[in-house]
Amino acid sequence: MKDNRTAAVTKQMFKRLSFRPPAEMIAGESVPMWRDVLRRLVSNKLAMAGVVFLVLLAVMAIIGPIISPHDYFTNNLDRTNEPPSSEYWFGTDSLGRDLFSRIWMGARISLIVGLAAAVIDLVVGVIYGGIMGFVGGRTDEVMNKASEILYSIPYLLVVILLLVVLEPSMWTIILALSVTGWINMSWIVRGQILQLKNQEYVLAARSLGASGSRILFKHLIPNTLGPIIVTLTLTVPSAIFSEAFLSFLGLGVQSPAASWGTMINDALASWTLYPWQMLFPALLISLTMLAFNVFGDGLRDAFDPKLKK
Amino acid sequence: MSVSTVTKTENGFRPTGASGGPLLEVDRLSKFFPVGGGQTLKAVNDLSLTVAKGETLGVVGESGCGKSTAGRTIMRLYEPTAGETRFEGRNIYKLKGAELKKLRREMAMIFQDPYASLNPRFNITDIIAEPLDIHGIAGSSKERKRKVEELLELVGLRPEHANRYPHEFSGGQRQRIGIARALAVRPKFIVCDEPISALDVSIQAQVVNLLQELQKSLGLTYLFIAHDLSMVKHISDRVAVMYLGKMVELAESSELYANPKHPYTQALLSAIPIPDPQIEAQKERIVLSGDLPSPINPPSGCPFRTRCPHATEKCAAEAPEFREVKDGHWAACHYA
Repeated sequence: MKDNRTAAVTKQMFKRLSFRPPAEMIAGESVPMWRDVLRRLVSNKLAMAGVVFLVLLAVMAIIGPIISPHDYFTNNLDRTNEPPSSEYWFGTDSLGRDLFSRIWMGARISLIVGLAAAVIDLVVGVIYGGIMGFVGGRTDEVMNKASEILYSIPYLLVVILLLVVLEPSMWTIILALSVTGWINMSWIVRGQILQLKNQEYVLAARSLGASGSRILFKHLIPNTLGPIIVTLTLTVPSAIFSEAFLSFLGLGVQSPAASWGTMINDALASWTLYPWQMLFPALLISLTMLAFNVFGDGLRDAFDPKLKK
Repeated sequence: MSVSTVTKTENGFRPTGASGGPLLEVDRLSKFFPVGGGQTLKAVNDLSLTVAKGETLGVVGESGCGKSTAGRTIMRLYEPTAGETRFEGRNIYKLKGAELKKLRREMAMIFQDPYASLNPRFNITDIIAEPLDIHGIAGSSKERKRKVEELLELVGLRPEHANRYPHEFSGGQRQRIGIARALAVRPKFIVCDEPISALDVSIQAQVVNLLQELQKSLGLTYLFIAHDLSMVKHISDRVAVMYLGKMVELAESSELYANPKHPYTQALLSAIPIPDPQIEAQKERIVLSGDLPSPINPPSGCPFRTRCPHATEKCAAEAPEFREVKDGHWAACHYA
């Protein structure tokens, strides 16, 4: 009986229906990844405080020296070492120069150095690291060794060697930065790309005939953007601090140009008598470092919320 | 037309073999990877097969048998160690520059993991239009948008989702996007590298049906790599069985399933569950002993002899030739 039934039902009795279920609809609002990142960043209050501080710093660096009634380099020997007042908002230094103007001139130098470090990181570090990771093999080995050798040269030594041939200035510091500053970034990018280049979407692009540069710049580097930006928020403050440090030692910006480092050095001799001369540049260096660090932490969490504990 | 190519198109059989000459011929293809210490991993070893125009050739084998490597080498994502792949008579490993780029429009690939095969930073339009952009055939941005919408409709997705990102779609939808991308340049031949193994069973059927519909309407030829034997039987005209980088058996799908010659194929087929508890309980299952040998150091002679229930001394001494044991039925076994 059972066998009869199975025998009676044959493949020929079935017909494939042409019915096609309607395509599924996505109900939620479309959220591009960058907007998701931005939303998480904005909801991080500490990171936003850092951003607000950095924006204010940039604005003051631009307009500060302009709104001040005094310029930053004129000596006024009748008004030396004055405390903050309605005329000299942050007081004056031992040569009677307006500290308010000098602070914001120093901020300009800090931000220019930071910006230069970022550009070097992005241009040299990302491309060098991208090529190391993407080409691989012998090229990777040679380029990686070269970067390791460069990395082993202390930054201070590079600056001192450069000072043998160049005048100490902001540009010397930027030049020294461009020798070694991008190496960390290149290693980060290399590691990321080594990991990403065997992803199926990269194979898919290759199977479609994409060129090497298209794969590198359209697929690999954009997917490394998170770590690149996070590394950037660490490189920039360390470059700013290096500038302040070298200027403090007298290896960087020279008077009458103002840098936070030189200002602290100037204030050092008499800081017990005129503490505001030390307070303002020291406070600004500390706050800038802090702002970059909380901003960088916030960005890292925003790019990869899983990393947050 | 020889006897083996005469088929009934209506009831699920399609022409096989040399109706218009093979579209793709793989000739003694090998791909070895250096693994350090002077050793090589023989992922694909001396593989030969042909795929006729309009046909689906299924490739099955257990994990690590080299079927994905074979698919990628046939697509020239890997350069071969030895051998040739001829597409419409031209050896694809000899092509360069513009000619290679032109070949990329004729062969496409669908990948296994629908989560890894779409760039998370591209929206759907950019993903599907990527082949159009690469080959400079997108036209104006309006034209590009229209083509993408057409392709989305072709694979059963809503055109209004074109601006969304991959993470907003389900696995099955993502696989459809991958199929739309593969179809964008109107290829003749598609390598499907386990396109359904990462999907739910219900979605698997949808995707396979879509692939079959597209084959019918666009005249596509598939190399269908999979490890699900019943699905391969459903979609393939002919099936090739791989073991340890080598082809062990190749036959028309119905012939292979009804009459397997190689002991490895017999063991594989005995593992397919039958949806009837009584038959399933009575069924004799061939259980292979031992593990898959390492492709770095494969056994001498026949690669399957270490696990074969019928192995003899001859099997250790001498590698069996891949020969036609019956009309259109090939096997690599001394005793087939």
